Amino acid sequence: MTGILPVLITAFLASAVEAIEMVTIVVGVGATRGWRSTLLGGAAGFVVLAVLVAFFRLALSAIPIAPLRLVIGALLLVFGLQWLRKGVVRVAARGFAGMQIDANQDADEWTGTGVDWTAFVVAFKGVLLEGLEVAFIVVSVGATAGQLGVAVTGGAAALLVVGAVGAVLSRYVARIPRSFLQLVVGILLSTFGSFWATEGLGVSWPGGDAAILGLLAVYLLTAVINIAVERRGAHRGRLTLNLSEVAR
Amino acid sequence: MMRLISLVVGFGRFWYRFIIGDDWTVAASVAIGLLVTALLNAAQVPAWLVIPLVVIVMLRTSVQRSKPTKDHVSVRRTR
Repeated sequence: MTGILPVLITAFLASAVEAIEMVTIVVGVGATRGWRSTLLGGAAGFVVLAVLVAFFRLALSAIPIAPLRLVIGALLLVFGLQWLRKGVVRVAARGFAGMQIDANQDADEWTGTGVDWTAFVVAFKGVLLEGLEVAFIVVSVGATAGQLGVAVTGGAAALLVVGAVGAVLSRYVARIPRSFLQLVVGILLSTFGSFWATEGLGVSWPGGDAAILGLLAVYLLTAVINIAVERRGAHRGRLTLNLSEVAR
Repeated sequence: MMRLISLVVGFGRFWYRFIIGDDWTVAASVAIGLLVTALLNAAQVPAWLVIPLVVIVMLRTSVQRSKPTKDHVSVRRTR
C-alpha cells in the first residue's frame, strides 16, 4: 500500500490542473453569455460525472490487485509521459506563464428569457470532459494505492480550491502556472505508473516502496535536463536568427 | 442508429486522445517496455530498470519531435 501523502498530493495537483481549465471555461462562458444557463450546464456535467465515478469505482473494486496495477500503471505511465512532455515543452518555451486565452472567442451575450443552450452545452462539456480526466486519475490512483478515500478527498479539495479562486478572482484563474503544474503532475504520474506497472508484472523494486522516491528523483532530473537543453536550443536559434538579420 | 454510432465513435476518440494523445510512439514504447520487463522477469533477470530507461529515452525523443521544424522557421523568415 502506498503512503497517504503521495496519493493526496498527486490527486490534488492532477485535479487542480484540470480544474483550472474547467473553471476557466465556466467563468469565460458565464461572463460572456450569462450565468444562469452556464451554471445549469456545469451542474448537469457534475451529476453525469458523479454517476460515472460511482461506476468506475465499482468496476475497479471487482478486479484483482496485480492485473489492476499493471493496467492502471501502464495507463498512468502513458498519460503521465504525455503531460511530462507537454510540461517540459511549455515550461521551456514560456516559463511559468498561465493559460493563453483566445481573445477572439465568441462573446455574444445571451439576451433571451429561456435557457441559452450554447452556454449550457459549452459549460456541460467543459465540466464533463475535464472532470472525466480528474475522475480517471483520482479513482485509478486511489484504487491502485488502496487509498481511494484519500485520493477522492485530494481531488475534491482541488476542485473546491480552484472553484473558490474562480468565484472570487475569476480573472486570476487563468494566471495559475498550469504548465508548471502539468510538469509536476507528469512526473508524479510517470513515477506511480512505472512503479505499479512493473510491480503488476511481479517484478520487485530494490528498496520496496522507497523506490518511488528514487524514481521521482530520476524523472525530476530528466525533466530539468530536458528543459535546460530546450532552452539552450531556443536561445541558440534566436542568436542564429539575429546574426543572419545583422549580416543582411 | 447513426447517432448511436457517432456517439460511440466520439466516446472512443475522446479516450484515445486522452490516453494515447498526439504521440502514439510513447504508448507503443511503454507497451514494448512492459513486454521486455515481463520476459526478463520470467527468465529470472532483474528487470526493474527497463521502464525507467524507456521513460528517459521516450521523453527526450518525444520532446524533440514536438518542436517546430526548421521549415517552419525558414517560412517565417521569408515573410
